[in-house]
Amino acid sequence: MAQQYYLEFEKPLAELERKIQELLDFSTDTVDLKTEVAKLEKKADKMREEIFSGLTRWQTAQVARHINRPFTMDYINLIFTEFVELHGDRNFGDDHAIVGGLARLDGEPVMVIGHQKGRDTKEKVYRNFGMPNPEGYRKALRLMEMAERFKLPLVTFVDTPGAFPGIGAEERGQAEAIARNLREMSRLTVPIIVVVTGEGGSGGALGIAVGDRVLMLEHSIYAVISPEGCAAILWSDGTKGEQAAEALKLTARDIKELDVIDEIIKEPPGGAHRDHKTVAENLHVALSRSLQELKKIPAEQLVEERYQKFRKMSRFVE
Amino acid sequence: MAWFRKEKAPLAQAEDKKVRVPEGLWTKCPSCNESIISKEIEKNLNVCPKCSHHFRISARKRLALVLDEGSFVEYDANMVSVDFLEFKDSKSYQDRIDAALAKGGSKDAVICGEGEIDGTPVQIAVFDFSFMGGSMGSVVGEKITRAIERGIEKHTPVIVFSASGGARMQESILSLMQMAKTSAALAKLRERGLPYISVLTDPTTGGVTASFAMLGDINMAEPKSLIGFAGPRVIEQTIRQKLPEGFQRAEYLLDHGMVDVIVERKDMKQKLSQIFKMLYRP
Repeated sequence: MAQQYYLEFEKPLAELERKIQELLDFSTDTVDLKTEVAKLEKKADKMREEIFSGLTRWQTAQVARHINRPFTMDYINLIFTEFVELHGDRNFGDDHAIVGGLARLDGEPVMVIGHQKGRDTKEKVYRNFGMPNPEGYRKALRLMEMAERFKLPLVTFVDTPGAFPGIGAEERGQAEAIARNLREMSRLTVPIIVVVTGEGGSGGALGIAVGDRVLMLEHSIYAVISPEGCAAILWSDGTKGEQAAEALKLTARDIKELDVIDEIIKEPPGGAHRDHKTVAENLHVALSRSLQELKKIPAEQLVEERYQKFRKMSRFVE
Repeated sequence: MAWFRKEKAPLAQAEDKKVRVPEGLWTKCPSCNESIISKEIEKNLNVCPKCSHHFRISARKRLALVLDEGSFVEYDANMVSVDFLEFKDSKSYQDRIDAALAKGGSKDAVICGEGEIDGTPVQIAVFDFSFMGGSMGSVVGEKITRAIERGIEKHTPVIVFSASGGARMQESILSLMQMAKTSAALAKLRERGLPYISVLTDPTTGGVTASFAMLGDINMAEPKSLIGFAGPRVIEQTIRQKLPEGFQRAEYLLDHGMVDVIVERKDMKQKLSQIFKMLYRP
């Protein structure tokens, strides 16, 4: 990975990882530090396990947004083959905050769509920080409809702070674009698998997230509003994100408890940003299994089960 | 530490958008600034007689305005919200629910039922903005979904009058899911060929706009209503620009192709009736 970046609570681990690297660099044929390195490695493993099994919700949000976390294009490259990116909504433009196209999963053609963030400043701007405009949702819908016509299963990757709040977005109907996707995704007759990989930011996430199976990576988040946005409104103080994150109960474990997602995908110790390959392998296994299960369900039943799945999501008394 | 620091440009003061609920003898119209006898406004369907500014009105009043007298039958009247996440900011969600219930009005932010408009049977949902800002949690989503499903079952059109700040944060992920749930129900209604009219009233924003409120076969709006996805303050803070005059008002949306027609309150019932008579086959 290009640039190392450590979160505050990862600092002790970073220190240790640096030490190990130094020893490795120092190691030559004559000076053998293998035992020393092995000892430290073991210590680091334990530390990773400790830190990442006890993350607070706010820390989880930081991991979910980590700059070195795999993004949609990383997963596409690691899990799928023969990706052909398709561009544009055929109405206004091509939104770079959502990517999509044809690809093969275990050799079988599928449609893949996902939010895309950037890693360096230039790409961040190019991807609008993963915040789509209406044409992003409309491109996604165009690809979904294509999947429907050609009977291709749909896999979507969710990783956005939210739909972009801007003048142009409002002008061109951000709300309508998201709403239409919600309605249309509920009626597609092909299997839909949704994976929340990083930030599941409100309506901007949901706009490509109505599916038969919804999976979430262990350290990803999903909520109706960002912790900072929630804090700004309810605490009248945007810096109270930590309290808001706790209140919003936005981790994969929290959301699994509410039956909004089906499965949590295990991340390697130390988080997905430390090891893209392992997390992609774990996800690949879950995607293959889910797809095989869903393919057995007749289309009509699939659509009705999807309807009932979301229909049941509520808590109230009467 | 930099020697020179660039001051962030201060945001221009947003115009006062608070609409004063008519109370007391006189009411000052926030639009034309005229002081008007409150009774006059009330008599005029809560519309300013001088400049026709549309004041917000309660769900009950709205129902009385659009439905045939005595035709309304309420459904799910006793459904109430629960604080299943034990959500707490300065106040707990439960306290907020209790405070809203104590006002003695609606039991949540939407009233649903069936009624008739000039004899046409309809399923109707009307938001009550005074209940927690008309926010949508499980109860709102469930009641609206049931109204749509009743429309399918009884083969009637559906109308929703929206007035909402969006999804209810205190129900976090489940309030978000109400967007998917209601939109999916509308997909079914649409397949049955039953008409759905969404009426956007002041204000309709966030998750409500980004789901059923924008999905009408016909989207109507009351004049000057604030309608949008992101709230104007959020947009201003994001782009650090003053927003254009009339931005996110009903007329702006009409201009940008997002609503079909702007209808004044006094004409609302007649317009709904007229459209249903053309679209609906009993």
